[in-house]
Amino acid sequence: MPLVFAGACSHAPGITGRAERADPEARDACYAAFDRLRGAIEATRPEALIVVAAEHFANFFMNNMPAFAIGMAEHYDGPIEDEAWLGIRRRRIPGFRDLSERLISQVMQAVDVAYAEEWLFDHGIMVPLHFLTPRFDLPVIPANINCQGPPLTPLHRAYDFGRALRRACDHVPERVALIGTGGLSHWPATPNSGKINEAWDRDFLARWAANRRDDLLSYSDEDTYREAGQGGFEIRTFIAVAGAAEGATGEVLFYRPIPVFAVGCTTAVMNLART
Amino acid sequence: MSLYYVQKLLYQLNRDPELRRRFAADAELVLAAYELTTEERDAIRQADIGLLYVLGVNGQLLMHYAALRGFEWAAYLDAMREGVRRHGPVRTGVYAMVKD
Repeated sequence: MPLVFAGACSHAPGITGRAERADPEARDACYAAFDRLRGAIEATRPEALIVVAAEHFANFFMNNMPAFAIGMAEHYDGPIEDEAWLGIRRRRIPGFRDLSERLISQVMQAVDVAYAEEWLFDHGIMVPLHFLTPRFDLPVIPANINCQGPPLTPLHRAYDFGRALRRACDHVPERVALIGTGGLSHWPATPNSGKINEAWDRDFLARWAANRRDDLLSYSDEDTYREAGQGGFEIRTFIAVAGAAEGATGEVLFYRPIPVFAVGCTTAVMNLART
Repeated sequence: MSLYYVQKLLYQLNRDPELRRRFAADAELVLAAYELTTEERDAIRQADIGLLYVLGVNGQLLMHYAALRGFEWAAYLDAMREGVRRHGPVRTGVYAMVKD
């Protein structure tokens, strides 16, 4: 079954954890955008949701850091963070082991991906799920791109990972949805937390929506760090979604810098051919 | 410098409730299992968040250690700023990858 949905969104922990400190109008607009993204996903009637995330040392560390990983468990637990700090209760999230295994086997034809039969979800997956599958009843398959510990996964490999995910999803009979989640410019958990480079973000999102591969891959890590902070490395998740939607263009549904959330809050979709 | 082991300890503390219990009961015993300089060991023991930031600890690890040691969000950000004022710019790690 061809991939039924491809989109992207933010995952900053402040979105849920610091909700009461935000301007109510901005917060509500952000939450409404997530609600609309949920509606768009539900309309495609997915049987599983792949979340391409930028895990932040919840599972993977510099003792053995994979460039790419995909979860292969019956279930996952999260959030790893303090519940009150994140504003999300700890729970068990259903996986889909058999589907994971078939997808991983296909992805491996093109990309050397690590698989993981254990995976703890941090805010990078829990914040999107909190909005997109609020009953936590849709099976989730987590995927990770190393956006944290240099040497980082090259951008062109992230695009190829997306292509491989697409081929794998097209190959299985299930209806699979794909969401990439990352910040654009942000300086998370540093003295510059709250800084957002709106112009850089909008330029990136224009390139993403046009899905011009060369434009998306033209960033150096040094330039990204200077202009978009360490958090800017998470564009890899958006780039993977663009790779999965190669040939299609996208649409930015919502973008607004919300400094107390420490990110330009974003929801976006790729316009895949309807099936 | 043994930033790797500083970060490894904080990573494991974040993930492992049993290690957190052992750390609370006897920090020295836990610290002894990691290759740390005296400066690093002192910074971890004293929850010197500012110095740990300057030593290069990734914020995605440091913010959780700060929370564990009782730092509210604004206090955590302030502690890093104070660390830079007292000790100078970040010495190594991802925040030192680009020289201004």
